[in-house]
Formats: sequence, C-alpha cells, structure tokens
Amino acid sequence: MADPILPDIAPVSAPALEMRGITKRYPGVVANDHIDLTIRPGEIHALLGENGAGKSTLMNILYGLARPDEGEILLDGEQIHISGPTDAIHHGINMVHQHFMLIPVLTVAENILLGEETTRGRIFLDRREARQRIRDLGTRFGFDIDPDEKVGRLSVGWQQRVEILKALYRDARILVLDEPTAVLTPQETQEVFLVLRRLAQQGHSIVFISHKLYEVMEIADRITVIRRGKVVGERIPAQTDEDDLAELMVGREVQLTVPRGESHPAEVMLSVQDLVVKSDRGRVAVEGATFDVRAGEILGIAGVAGNGQDELVQAITGLRRPTSGSIRLGDRDVTMTGPRDLHEMGVAFVPADRHRFGVVLSWPITDNLVLTDYYAQPYSHHKVRNDTAIRARAVEAIEQFDIRTPGPDVTVGALSGGNQQKVVVAREFDRELSLLVLDQPTRGLDVGSVEFIHRQAIAKRDAGTAILLVSAELDEVMELSDRIAVMYRGKLVAFLDGRTAHKDEVGLLMATGGAQGPAPATAASAPGKPA
Amino acid sequence: MSTRIRDTLVVPLLAIGLALIVGAVIMVLSSPLIDGSFDVRIPFQAYAALIKGSLGTPEQWVDGNFNAIVQTLVETAPLLLAGLAVGLGFKGGLFNIGAQGQFLLAGLAAAFVGGLLASSSPFVAVPAALLAGLLVGAAWGFIPGALKAFTGAHEVVTTIMLNYIAVFIIAYLITGPLRDPTASFARTISVGNASLPVLFGRNGHLGILIAALAVPAVWWLLYRSTLGFEIRAVGANPDAARYAGMHPKFLLILTMSLSGLLAGLAGGVQILGLTGYMPIGYSTSLGFDAIAVALLGRAHPVGILLAALLFGAMRAGAGQMQVDAHIPVQMIDLLQGIILFFLAAEVVLRKWFRIRSTGVGGVPAETTVTRSYGGQTSI
Repeated sequence: MADPILPDIAPVSAPALEMRGITKRYPGVVANDHIDLTIRPGEIHALLGENGAGKSTLMNILYGLARPDEGEILLDGEQIHISGPTDAIHHGINMVHQHFMLIPVLTVAENILLGEETTRGRIFLDRREARQRIRDLGTRFGFDIDPDEKVGRLSVGWQQRVEILKALYRDARILVLDEPTAVLTPQETQEVFLVLRRLAQQGHSIVFISHKLYEVMEIADRITVIRRGKVVGERIPAQTDEDDLAELMVGREVQLTVPRGESHPAEVMLSVQDLVVKSDRGRVAVEGATFDVRAGEILGIAGVAGNGQDELVQAITGLRRPTSGSIRLGDRDVTMTGPRDLHEMGVAFVPADRHRFGVVLSWPITDNLVLTDYYAQPYSHHKVRNDTAIRARAVEAIEQFDIRTPGPDVTVGALSGGNQQKVVVAREFDRELSLLVLDQPTRGLDVGSVEFIHRQAIAKRDAGTAILLVSAELDEVMELSDRIAVMYRGKLVAFLDGRTAHKDEVGLLMATGGAQGPAPATAASAPGKPA
Repeated sequence: MSTRIRDTLVVPLLAIGLALIVGAVIMVLSSPLIDGSFDVRIPFQAYAALIKGSLGTPEQWVDGNFNAIVQTLVETAPLLLAGLAVGLGFKGGLFNIGAQGQFLLAGLAAAFVGGLLASSSPFVAVPAALLAGLLVGAAWGFIPGALKAFTGAHEVVTTIMLNYIAVFIIAYLITGPLRDPTASFARTISVGNASLPVLFGRNGHLGILIAALAVPAVWWLLYRSTLGFEIRAVGANPDAARYAGMHPKFLLILTMSLSGLLAGLAGGVQILGLTGYMPIGYSTSLGFDAIAVALLGRAHPVGILLAALLFGAMRAGAGQMQVDAHIPVQMIDLLQGIILFFLAAEVVLRKWFRIRSTGVGGVPAETTVTRSYGGQTSI
C-alpha cells in the first residue's frame, strides 16, 4: 500500500495551517463541532468521512465560503480571518472543487488566467507571459500541457490538472481537493496522485477529501476521520487498515464486501441482440451489443465511463430509440417500448445521474417516491391524487429503507447524496421486478450507503430479478456480478465469470479492449485528446 | 408547514414594503413640481387616498356604498385570471409572455361571437361568447407550445412575436370585416345580451365570480390531480418526468394551451363585463401586468389571488390618489415596477435583511419559478 516515493511519515515540523475548535451550526444541525485540524507543510492530509459528516462545511470555512460560529484558523502560527474565496487565495489557500469550475469553450490558459489576468498596461492581457508560466508550472510538476487547447476538448483527468494548475498559478501553498478522483478512471487517478506527490515534495500541503478508503490509504501521509461533525480519530496509513477506517467513519462495523452467496440463474429475462444505438451527436455509441441476463443473476458491465454505457442503458430503459437490433423482455419485444410500459412490465431503473433523472430535487420525499406510479392505485383514483396513500408510502419507505430525514415533507434536495439515492432505491426496488437496471448505483455515496444498496441488490437477485449493473467502479462490478461484460468503445469485448475473473484482467480489458484497437492508456494521458 | 409559508411570504412582503418606501421618496422628491416645495406629507396623503379609493370609507359603508370595493374587484378579476395563466405556465416550466396577445385576441373573439348573439337569450349568448374567448386564447397558447415541443423554439421569443401578430390581426379585423358600420370610430358591434350580468354594486359583473372560482380550480388542477403532478414534474425536471414515463412534449403543449385558455378567459371577461365591444387600439398592459402578479404571487394560486387583489386595489384607488394628493395615476405603474425590481433582486434582499431560507442542514430551499431561461434539456 505505502508508496516508495513517499517518505514514511512527514517530518514533524511547525504546522502550515491549524484549524482550532471550529464550530458551525445550521438550524437543527451542528455541521462542525469543535473540530481541530493540523496540516503540516509538505504533507498530504486526507479528510475522511461519510457524506454529510461535515467535511465540506469545514473546507468551506477554510475557503471563506462559510463563517465559523466558533474557533480560529492559524496560518504559519498567525491567526487569520478569511472573508471569502479571494481572501483565501490571497493567503495561499486554494480549492479544487469536485465539480470543475472551468469554462469549456475557453483555452487552458484563459481558464487559468480568469480572475487573475496578467496585463500589459492594465488593459491588455499578457497571454505570452501567462502561457510561458503555465508551461513552466506543468513541467515542474511533471506534465506537459498545451495552454492553447480548449478545456472542453480535454479528458476529465486533464481538466482536473488544469484545476490544479489554476491553483498553482495563484501560488497555492495549501491545496484542498474535494473528492478529486470521483470522476477519474483508475489510470487517471494514478497520474493525478503522481502530481500530488510531486506537489507535496516541493512543500505544498494538500488536503485530500475523500470517502474512498483504499485511495486514502494509498495517497495520504495522515488521515483525519470526521463523523457527525466531530473528529473521531487520526491515523497514519502504516498503522491502520481499511476496516478500521470504515468503522471509525461509520461508527459501527461495516462489511466492505457484502456476501453475495450462490446465484440461481433461471430463464433468460433480458435478451439484447445486435443492438446499435447512436449518441446525441449522432455518433454510433453502442456497436452491435448482444447479451442475455437471466432471472436471478447479476450481469455487471465494466468499462471506463463514456464507452457507450449511457446509451446502452437508455436504450434498454426506453429513453433512447435504438438504430437497429432488438431488445426482448421475457417473450416480448420491447425494442421500441417507452418508459411507462416498461415500468408496468416490472422494469426498474436506478439512473446514474440521479439529480437529472432520478428525483425532482425541489419536491418532497412523498412526491418523489411516487414519481413513477403516481397515476396508479392506490396513489390516485380517477386521476385524483390520494395524499393519504402517498404519505403512508413515504412513511413506510423512510422506515424500511432507512432514509435519514426529519420528515416525509422534506425536499429531496435537502437530503444528503446517500439518502437521495435511498429515495430512488426505495421507489424502484419496492415492488415485484422482472428486470432491474442499476447505472452507477453507488456513485458518490459513502460506505454505509454503498453497503445498504449492495445488500438490497443482492436481495433482489435472490428474489429472482434479472439485474443489469453498469458501473465505472471496477470494485463494484467485481463484487456484485455473477457475470461480467467489459464494454470498450461501444462494444462488449469480453464476457467473464464473476467468480473467477481477476481484477487486473478486467482492468486491462477496460483500458485496452483486449487485443483490439490501440492502447488508449496513452491516448487518455496525452493532452488534447478528447475524453 | 407554517415556517414554509412564512418563508414564502417574506420576500414578496418585503418587496411591497420597500416599493412603498421608494415610491414615497420619489413622491417627496417630485413634490416641488406640484406645489413648489418639498412636502413630506404627500406620500401619506397619496397612500391614504389609495386605500380610500380602493376600499372606500366607513361612512360610505354605513351608507351601503361599496363602490370602491366593487371597483377593486372589477380591476382584480382580469388580473387574477391572466395571473393564473402566467403562474400555471411557470409551474409547467414555461414563461408565457404571450398572455397579452392571448388576452386581446380572446377579447376580440368574445366580442365577435357576443355581437352575433347580441339579441339571443343571455343564457346562450354569455356562455357562447366566453367560450369563444377561451378557445381562441387556448389556440393562441397552443401555437408557441407546439413550436417549442416540435422545433425547440423558445416560448419567450415566440410568444412575444405572437403578441405583435395578435395586435395586427385585431387592427385589421376591427378596421375591416368586423367593423361596426354605425359607429363613429373603429370598433366591433356591441355584444348586447352577451354582456356579463351585473351581480352586485354599480358594475360588479359575473367575471368576478368566474375569476374567484378559477383560483380553487387551478389549485385543484395543480396539486390534486395527476395531470397537475405531471405538469409540475415537467416544470421542475423534464428529464425526470420523461424517465418517469410522462410525455413532456405533450404536457408542455397542454400547459401552454391551458395558460392561453386562462388568459383568454381574462380577455372575454374584460370585454363582456366592461366595454361591451372591442375598440380599435384597445390599450391595456394587462397581459404584462399579469406576469408581475404571477411573480409576486410566487406562481401559487393563492399567492396570485393576493397579488391580483393588491394590484387591482392600486388601480381602483389611483384616481382618488390623483384627486387628493395630485400624484398622477402613473405612480401605480411605477410602484408595480419597483415591486418587480425588488422581487428580481431576491438574492440581494435576502442578503440585506439576513433572511435565511428554511432548508435542512443549511441547504437553502430555493424557489425555482421557471427554468425556461436555462434552455430546454432533452435527451
């Protein structure tokens, strides 16, 4: 686990940054409860915690986006007051947000300059000087970047590097990265880690926010674990393991791998033949996919995001019309069947982008739980809503699926990500199903919620539902799938047995597509190549 | 629940309050134009006159004279109907700027059918004329709805264009085929028996009752019926609506048509209840005022009722204000504009007055009135 490049433990030196007794209260919640955090120069400090534990609040306070009710912040031993992001940047504190703050139509240089324009005579942008500085910075930290490339043409991994460069350009000493790997492939993650290590070696301090245990174990010099607004422990990777961290984070013992037992595949439920699906831009995104999913088994589709999985899932769930090929559900042809009819045939779908498809954020839990069957008994009668039944359903689902909320009338937008996903899962799982399509079902969720959702999925499988799981998280596919298909550039390039497949083998297939095509690992890491 | 209502009310009330203050400042600053010196009493006189003109005085009430209140209701009725039209559009994610055109064209249709049936029984003439207005309004709403559904043309653009088209169609018809040959200026013939019956006071016509009934009807549609659930789903998140098996394109055409229908009802009520014919160059900004009403009422039927009553009262009292305080009636438009201005600056208001919206865990409960400026997302 420990990386050879990394010094074992960062030398004990005066802290670069100290946060002392930080307390922040919101109505009804103490988001931060007397949190102490010490960041030393040149260390990578991981801040670990579940969603809603208070990591983001703490970092927002550091970045001047929120004001603490109590506590103080010391930079090089001197107390500072941070009035806003500009002020934070002025103090050398920079943040790379989970959702990039980049403008796709502008070039790398323009994005980096934004808000910090080097000028000639205060009017004209000095692009040449800026370009040179950006190149120099890139070289210093080990990546060659073309300052004139449009950001929209860069892969996600490179966009992240632009975000980091943006911070370095502003002379960041302390760099906060909020879930930086959430959107990256394993290879890209490794490349970004390399950059972070170089940064640390050159004396920058890095705060790495995450809830991925193995990553934290790999990259961090020290780990601070936060639970329910409080620091519950500080660890050094060499003296801890993932189980220990998970327990600290969740507050109870967590099974990182849910036991899945034997599967008992029965008849073919979903049968996809030579399916061709085009993307929004008219490009062929799915190139002749053929596969079956049997009742009572989980077929996992592994693949780096953007290899046609979205289009495949949309075609199967009726949101996108395939160009050719057929989809059969049981003995019915459903190639052109819409979402409503599929729903009534017992097809459930947990979409990858839950904010866009899965829920209506501004609506209460009650209405979101009946989003797909509001028109049916008992939730409505002769086209009139039955609020009593809708509410009863919500109360029951909140109990059964452990949705943490003050009440059923709370808007879904006010819930944490894990609880939002539980609303979707409660709605989609809570009936007899023939086919369940899970698209990135645990993206961005904390370990507790992941465990919960995995358990529910396995229970559904054992109840005889055919499950199609699509995930860019290789671990998730490995853990849940009875069979694994690897999707690469619109094709299913390999089918493997979920029990015997090896992670490295699948990873390689994901990255290269097997014998076919050029190796994209280099393509993905070359600047300027579209993702 | 009560905190949610309080949270919803606070910004509109603040906007009204601030508008009255800014209006007062403007009156004081412009008072030298009236009597040569600054007079800080003018705003008080003006606002007192507004109240007197819109509600009447206790003495008048004792005498059984409720004309002021009836006038307020007469002014309120079309604002309320057209406000509901725009508000319904907001709920469905559409910004219907075309209420004006729908209102005018429906008024003409009601006047035309009313004129044809001028000597029939009122029991036939009134419903038929109103129905004509409804249908023409709905058709004028259907067009931008269909354009958006099938071509993606934004309704803000198309409804503005349709407003102009409506104005010129009306001008052509009134000066041409539909002109009353006996009248001294271009207008349609009188609607005669198709006039809305006066139910109370000097001019308290049936339209007031219709508008009042439209409030629970629209509320029921939006919050009790499954159709309203679908309309609101498309408005709040069209992608999720599609995922849930609804038909966003159909729903947006329907919402726009229903919105046009309500605006058309407003037009019918106004022509049949007040003028009795459609004159050339019928000047009103009612369809645009309706946008202000819907925004102030937060697109909720009850909110729209309150907002329409406020604007109706200001229109009813404006004359009294001009008489008592020598403040021109145009002050009302100014106040309306300032209210809108503050509503639009909601973020600033919340910052100034340190109002935190009640969310859970510090997540602000944002009110999205419409997402139609954000462009249509479709997959």
